[in-house]
Amino acid sequence: MNFDKELDARGLNCPLPILRCKKSLNEMTSGQTLKVTSTDPGSVKDFAAFAKQTGNELLSSSEAGSEYTFFIKKK
Amino acid sequence: MDDQKKLAIIATKGTLDWAYPPFILASTAAALGYETQIFFTFYGLQMLRKDLSGLKVSPLGNPGMPMKMPFGPKWFKDISWNIPNAVQSLVPGYESLATVLMKQTIKNNGVATIPELRELCQEAEVKFIACQMTVELFGFEHSDFIDGVEYGGAATFFEFAGESDICLFI
Repeated sequence: MNFDKELDARGLNCPLPILRCKKSLNEMTSGQTLKVTSTDPGSVKDFAAFAKQTGNELLSSSEAGSEYTFFIKKK
Repeated sequence: MDDQKKLAIIATKGTLDWAYPPFILASTAAALGYETQIFFTFYGLQMLRKDLSGLKVSPLGNPGMPMKMPFGPKWFKDISWNIPNAVQSLVPGYESLATVLMKQTIKNNGVATIPELRELCQEAEVKFIACQMTVELFGFEHSDFIDGVEYGGAATFFEFAGESDICLFI
């Protein structure tokens, strides 16, 4: 999937992946896509909840081994 | 119309472990678009001090706290050290040692530090209000605390809390 910006949140634990994601989105323009990689198993539900509450669209959420990848489109 | 959600927190505890919930919830709420205020009172004022090195964790009388070592081989890390309260209270520096070990565990797990979370809250414009009555009660000066703190009392808290969607006492 194409993306405009990438955030490496691997090794970080709650709530840092979400906070860093929010910070990255702030630096982007509407319609752009952010790719986030994390290792926190809690981030799967957290990113879904973040998208639902902020209106930024979670385009995809996937898991490979112990890494989680999210694509988020800025509102 | 102001339709922004609001979170009001009262932070009353002054230990390293209890400093986490207010700062984690406030910073996350701010990231979700909440307008957030934390009212620091009694021991919670410790979280506003310029120097946060005084925040400690005490395993004494806290049966819920697992005591494990943050270093060494896995079998060693997995040992749960069941140390009697009587020993904990008699050994000088026990609390400081437990705090050092806890800080190492926090680091090993990629968990943010309290100064880091506090800064993230400030960046996200979480409003910090210190209870003026307890500031005086404990003999603090405003200069003991970080910049950007406002000082007020119970009525100040209710002005915001009364309009809040979520209100937590921690």
